[in-house]
Amino acid sequence: MGLLSVAIWLPIVAGAVLLALGRDAQANVVRWVALLAAIAGFLVTIPLITGFDTSTAALQFQEDLPWISRFNVRYHLGVDGISVWFVLLTAFTTVIVVIAGWEVITERVNQYMGAFLLLSGMLVGVFSAVDGLLFYVFFEATLIPMYIIIGVWGGPNRVYAAFKFFLYTLLGSLLMLVALVYLYIQSGGSFEILDWHKLPLDAHAQVLLFLAFFAAFAVKVPMWPVHTWLPDAHVEAPTGGSVVLAAIMLKLGAYGFLRFSMPIAPDASREWAAFIIALSLIAVIYIGLVALVQQDMKKLVAYSSIAHMGFVTLGFFIFNELGVSGGLVQMISHGFVSGAMFLCIGVLYDRVHSRDIAAYGGVVNTMPKFTAFAVLFAMANCGLPGTAGFVGEWMVILGAVQANFWIGLLAATALIFGAAYTLWMVKRVYFGAVANDHVRELTDINSREFLMLAILAAAVLWMGVYPKPFTDVMQVSVSELLKHVATSKLN
Amino acid sequence: MQTSNPNAMNWLVVYPEILLLVMACVITLVDLWVRDPARRPTFWLTQATLGVVAAMHLSYFDSGLTMYGMQAMVVTDPMGHLLAFFAAVAMIVSVAYAQHYLASREMLKGEFFTLSLFVYLGISVMVSANNFLVIYLGLELMSLSLYALTALRRDHAVATEAAMKYFVLGALASGFLLYGLSMMYGATGSLDLGEVFKAIGTGRINKEVLTFGIVFIIAGLAFKLGVVPFHMWVPDVYQGAPTAVTLLIGGAPKLAAFAISIRLLVEGMSGLAVDWQPMLVVLAVCSLLVGNLAAIAQTNLKRMLAYSTIAQMGFVLLGMSAGVVNGNTVSAGNAYSSAMFYIVTYVLTTLGTFGIIMYLSSQGFESEEVADLAGLARRSPWLAGVMTVFMFSLAGVPPMVGFYAKLSILQALVSTGLSAHIWLAVYAVMMSLIGAFYYLRVVKVMYFDAPAQTEPLVRSQGLSALLALNGAAVLFFGLLPGGLMNLCSDAILKALAS
Repeated sequence: MGLLSVAIWLPIVAGAVLLALGRDAQANVVRWVALLAAIAGFLVTIPLITGFDTSTAALQFQEDLPWISRFNVRYHLGVDGISVWFVLLTAFTTVIVVIAGWEVITERVNQYMGAFLLLSGMLVGVFSAVDGLLFYVFFEATLIPMYIIIGVWGGPNRVYAAFKFFLYTLLGSLLMLVALVYLYIQSGGSFEILDWHKLPLDAHAQVLLFLAFFAAFAVKVPMWPVHTWLPDAHVEAPTGGSVVLAAIMLKLGAYGFLRFSMPIAPDASREWAAFIIALSLIAVIYIGLVALVQQDMKKLVAYSSIAHMGFVTLGFFIFNELGVSGGLVQMISHGFVSGAMFLCIGVLYDRVHSRDIAAYGGVVNTMPKFTAFAVLFAMANCGLPGTAGFVGEWMVILGAVQANFWIGLLAATALIFGAAYTLWMVKRVYFGAVANDHVRELTDINSREFLMLAILAAAVLWMGVYPKPFTDVMQVSVSELLKHVATSKLN
Repeated sequence: MQTSNPNAMNWLVVYPEILLLVMACVITLVDLWVRDPARRPTFWLTQATLGVVAAMHLSYFDSGLTMYGMQAMVVTDPMGHLLAFFAAVAMIVSVAYAQHYLASREMLKGEFFTLSLFVYLGISVMVSANNFLVIYLGLELMSLSLYALTALRRDHAVATEAAMKYFVLGALASGFLLYGLSMMYGATGSLDLGEVFKAIGTGRINKEVLTFGIVFIIAGLAFKLGVVPFHMWVPDVYQGAPTAVTLLIGGAPKLAAFAISIRLLVEGMSGLAVDWQPMLVVLAVCSLLVGNLAAIAQTNLKRMLAYSTIAQMGFVLLGMSAGVVNGNTVSAGNAYSSAMFYIVTYVLTTLGTFGIIMYLSSQGFESEEVADLAGLARRSPWLAGVMTVFMFSLAGVPPMVGFYAKLSILQALVSTGLSAHIWLAVYAVMMSLIGAFYYLRVVKVMYFDAPAQTEPLVRSQGLSALLALNGAAVLFFGLLPGGLMNLCSDAILKALAS
C-alpha cells in the first residue's frame, strides 16, 4: 500500500470507525481519536513533498491496480507538481477543522468528526486520482458528507443551503459524467486521464467536452454566474464546513480545469479562453463590489472567495507560466487565508452568536490577541506583500499584463476592491469604540484557538516570505502542461 | 451451444420448479398443524426451500451450460439461472422482512408462504421459458398470486381497492400480451422462441402483422415493468398493498419482467429491434419524466418509491434500447448486461428500503409517510445510515452501487456512437438530477429534522442484522462492483450466443 492510499484510507477508516462506534457519552475520546487520525493523515502526506522529484512532470508515488475490469477502470493514483500541494493542504486543513470543532460541537460529535475525516480522505482521493472514473467517484462522494455537515450543524436556513449546494454541484458533475463516458468510448476503452490527454479529438467534440467539463468545474469554483450556491452554503455551514468548502472544495473546480479541460480539449480551451477570462474578470470586479455591501461577515468572505477564485481561473486561461503557477499559488494561499478568515468569524460567532458586522465594533479592546491574528489574515486577504495572498495575485497580474495590458489592468483592480471590502470590515468589526455589551463581555481566545490560528498565521507568513518551495514543485509540471495545451489536437 | 436433444424431456432442467411446486403444497399442508402465531415452522420451511432452489440455480449457473427441456418448452441458460438465483435471494430477504411485520398485524397466515412460493415459481418459469405459452403461464401464475397477496388484508378498503385495480389492469395487460403473442404465432406459425427468431430472420413474414403484434407485446411488458403510460397501477398498488406485499411486487418480479423482456424481444424478436427499440425509448423518456416529477410531489414514502421505481425502470429500458445499432448487434451484449446489472442492483436496494419501512412500522402504526422518518438519525443512527446508503444508491451517487448501474447504462448509450443516444444520455442524467431531489429529501428528514417520537426503536436483532447486511451489500458492490458486473455480462453473452 503506497503513501497515497494511506493518505486516502486512513482518514476514511478512522471516520467510519467513529461513525460506527462513537457515542456522545465519550465525546472526548471521539475528539482525541479524530485529532490523532487527522494528524496521522497529515504526517503521511509529508513524505510526498519531501520526497518529491521537482525535475520531472511525470506522475510520482504511483499506485496502479485493476478495479472494475469490465470497464477497464483502474485504481490508479499519482501526484504531479500540480496536485501534490493540494493533498497536503487537505490533510492540513482537516487537522485545523478538528481543532476548530473541539468545544463548539457538543451533539453527535462522532458524526461531525467522522464526516470530516471521510471528507478529507475523499478529497485527497480527488487530487490523487489519475483514473477518470476514480476521480469522479471521489469528486461526487464528497457531496454526501458536506451535505450532512451543512444540514445537521448549519445555521437556521441550513436545509435550503444544503439542497442548493448538493443539487447545483450535482448538475454540473452529471454532465461531466457523460463527457467521461464519451472519452472512455472514444479512447477505445480507457479511463486513464493521461490517455485522454493524448487522444485526438475534432473541434466539435472538443467544444462539447469543454462545455461539459466547464459545467462541472465552473459550478465548483464557483464562477460567475453559477456562484449563487456558495454564499448560501458558506453562511449556513458550521465553521468547519465553511473552512473545508473554501480551502479545499472550491479548489476541486480549478484543479479540474487544469487536469481535464485544458489538456483534453486544448483547442476548445484556447477558443473559449476569452469567454472564461471575461467571466473571471466579472467575478473579480463585480463580485468584489458585491462583497463591499455585505452586512454578514461570512457572506462577505464568501464573496471574497469567489473574487479570489476568479483570479485563479483568469491566471489559468491566459496560458502563460506566470499565470498558471500564479493561479496555483493563489489556490494554496487562498486555502490558508480563507480558512483562517472563516475560523476568525467562527471564534466571534461562538461568543456572540451573530455574524452581522453591525453587531460588533471595537473587538480589539476586549480581544487583543485575537485581533492581531484577524488583522493579519485580513491583510493577507487583500494581498499585502509579505503574506501568502500577495504572491499569487502578483504573479497572475504579471502574467495577465504579459498577455494583454488591459486584462492585467482590470485584474489589478481586484487588489483595490479586495482591500476596500476587507479593511472596511476590519475597521467596523475590530476597531473603534466598544460597540455594545456583548463586545464588552468578550473573552480573548483560549489556548486551543490560539494554537489553530497561530499555525495558520505561520503558514500564511511562510508562504508570503518564502514561496519558493511551492513554485519549485509546480514549475516543471506547469510548463509541460502549457506545452501540451499549445499543441493542437486537430491535425 | 445446444447440449441436449431438443425433443427430450430432460427433467433435470426443471428440478427447481418441481421442488418448488411440491414444497408449496407440502407447506400448505404443514401449516394446518402450526399453532405458533409467528409461524416459525412454515417460515423456516419456506426459507429452506428457497435456499435450496437458490443453491440449485447457482450450481447450474456455475456449470455455464445451456440446456433445453420439456421438449424445448423451457431453456436453462446462465442468464436464467443468475436471474432466478437473484430472485430467490430477493424472495428470501422479502419473506424475512415480512415475517415480523405481518405477524404483528395478524396477517401471517399459511397462505402468505404458499402464495410467495407460487410467485417465485411463476418467476422461475418465466426466466427459463422458451415458448410463448410458457412465458404466459409463468406470468399468470406470478400475477394471480400477487393479486391475492395484495388483498391479504381483506377488511382494509385501500388494500382491496389496490388489489382490484391491480387485478383488472393486470388482466388487461395480460390480454394485450396474449393478443400480441397470438399475432406472432399467426405470422410465424410457431410458439417456440427460436423458431420465431428464425422465421423473422427469413424476412418472408408479413411485416405489418409482426409490427402490430409487437406493439401489443411491448404494451404488455410495459405494464409488467410499470413504465409510463402503463404505470397507473404502480403508485396505488405500492401504497395500498401491505408493505410486505409491496416488497414482493417491487422486488423479485422485476427480475422476471426483465427476463421475459430479454427472452421475447431479444431472443425471439431481435430481428424486429428496429421497431421495438424506438418504442422502448419513448417509454423510457416518458417514465423518466413522469416518474421523477411525480415523485417530488409525494408525501407518502411508499408512493414516492413507486414513482421512483417508474423512473428507475426508464433507465433499464434505455439500456435495452441501445442493443442494436443500425442493424448491427455488436454492442448488444454490452447494452443488455448493463440493463441486467441495473435491475439486479435496483432490486437489491429496493429490498432494503422497504425493509426499513417495515422495520419502523410497529403494531398499529404504518411508518409510510416520509415525515415518519423525522429525526431517525437521533433515534437510531445506524438505521438512518443504512437508509442513507439506499437513498444515495437510488439517486446514483457514488460510492453506492446505484451509481455504477447508471454509469453502465450511460456507457451503453454513448457507445452506440449515435448522437441521438448521446443526447438521450444527457437527458437521463438531467432526470436523475431531478430524482436526486426527492431522495435527498428523505435524507434531510432523517438527519436535519427533529424527531416526532423519541422512544428508541426496539426490534429483533435478526432483522437489524439483515438490514445492516443489505446496506453493507449496497456499499460493498459500490466499492467493488466489478464482480457483479462480470457475472451479468457473462450471463447475457452466453444467452445471446445460444
